[in-house]
Amino acid sequence: MRKFDTKVQHLKYKVLREVAREAWNGTLTEHVLDIPKTIVPGNVPTMRCCVYKERAILSERVKIAMGGDKSNPNVIEVIEIACDECPMGGYEVTEACRGCLAHRCEDVCRRGAITFDSHQKAHIDKSKCVECGQCAKVCPYSAIMNFKRPCVSSCKVKAISMTETKAACIDNEKCISCGACVYQCPFGAITDKSFILDAIELLKNRDNKVFAVVAPSISSQFTYAKLGQVISGIKALGFHTVVEAALGADMVAYAESGELAEKGFLTSSCCPAFVSYVKSYFPELADNVSQNLSPAATISKYIKEHEPEAKVIFIGPCTAKKMEFQKEEVRPYIDCVITFEELQALFDSRDLEITDMGEDVLDNASYFGRIFARCGGLSDAVAEGLKERGITDFELKPCSCDGIEECRIALLKKSKGVLDANFIEGMACVGGCIGGAGCLTHGEKNKAEVDKYGKEAYEKTITDAIKQLGKIK
Amino acid sequence: MKVTVCIGSSCHLKGSRQVVEEFQYLIAENDLKDKVELGGTFCMGNCQKGVCVTVDDKLYSVSPDTAKSFFEENVISKLK
Repeated sequence: MRKFDTKVQHLKYKVLREVAREAWNGTLTEHVLDIPKTIVPGNVPTMRCCVYKERAILSERVKIAMGGDKSNPNVIEVIEIACDECPMGGYEVTEACRGCLAHRCEDVCRRGAITFDSHQKAHIDKSKCVECGQCAKVCPYSAIMNFKRPCVSSCKVKAISMTETKAACIDNEKCISCGACVYQCPFGAITDKSFILDAIELLKNRDNKVFAVVAPSISSQFTYAKLGQVISGIKALGFHTVVEAALGADMVAYAESGELAEKGFLTSSCCPAFVSYVKSYFPELADNVSQNLSPAATISKYIKEHEPEAKVIFIGPCTAKKMEFQKEEVRPYIDCVITFEELQALFDSRDLEITDMGEDVLDNASYFGRIFARCGGLSDAVAEGLKERGITDFELKPCSCDGIEECRIALLKKSKGVLDANFIEGMACVGGCIGGAGCLTHGEKNKAEVDKYGKEAYEKTITDAIKQLGKIK
Repeated sequence: MKVTVCIGSSCHLKGSRQVVEEFQYLIAENDLKDKVELGGTFCMGNCQKGVCVTVDDKLYSVSPDTAKSFFEENVISKLK
């Protein structure tokens, strides 16, 4: 079974795997320069113009696998020489225009931007065009194309522009580290910095008690193996134990339902990219962001309060978590963040074949904590939290936003006072966390996997899942 | 006296919540709040034995059915 969606992910994975292998062996410093040639041996290029460019780009990937540019605070980085400088002209008429009589493009264009030359072929006047795309839709020959860079299209917060040399460039003030561009760039020229070296360092020291806090979206990942085998694999890497971030989600849902009933309006605080979006783009609503830490930080805080010597590594689908754990309020609780892609690389760097392993168990959270991984799950959990707490004088009107574009619309409506909802669940990735850039695979059936896994939870209610926590000092 | 119950995945599935609740109840009923500190941990590394419980660092295996008698035998009787 395929482990990744794309070859770009596979390439990134190979680099991470080799860097990790050397790091475990303590030979990274000696062998770091050999890694590109290990991955691209021989003289026949398979990706770029020549093997030398391929290796030059791989060297950059190695740097990012080792933590990337320390002077750049953003966890998302552009590899300039890997950027193919895609065309970016917007809507253009292509050779497929046959110079027809109908001129549907002209009729539909409300700006009068379409003109015809002596051969009846259409042209777009860029000074008038507003990129609405109607002409492209009506052309029976599909002759009008939108030349837009995939990174630019994917970035809904418009943080990507072009440098003078036409390479992509990220505006750190605007970027929310959601990773959409990382997953969408077909050349793998934008990528998330890796903290695997920090993870390996923590795991190599046998005096450390390292906890893995795993995101609930893990249920839709590593589908070539059983979840219990993934847990065995994580422990084989040297983790002391594995705890569900979903238990933190249960704690958050319980607390958040109380906070919501008290304040009357809230936006969720689970998705770090959404939280940073609210703070940067709708500062007037920043006070309405729930005061709760994210589920990952909440459970990590609990772990550290009970075992102060513990180290916590969060494993999830999320690039924005790499930004979140560096924040002052989260840093004491989470020591490192890696993605599912990186976990796969760690398994293979140790030659762990998880499909050959026995099945361990993972069960801390309730159904509701587990469904946080998909869009709508958080709202369902908050509704359950209100019910379980017996809060009946508050009517929940949730607005679940699937992707940052829907978040923008909901927040805009709220800021204008026209949103009929008292709880905004914001998920920067389409589909929720299962759409995260650090997922190995993305697909329609992932939501069903999350729900199925939720139903398998031993605890059926939030209260049952968190009850024992409150009784323990 | 420090009593620690494992609430990790394996022990959780074997009924650690019920064990915690039983202990909590017995602590309240016997008025032992000042004498017993009930703590939790996510794994004691003895998953196959679960529910793992330590009493002053000595490891035991408890189930929801034996929680009451265990507590009486290993905690209450030793405090008297």
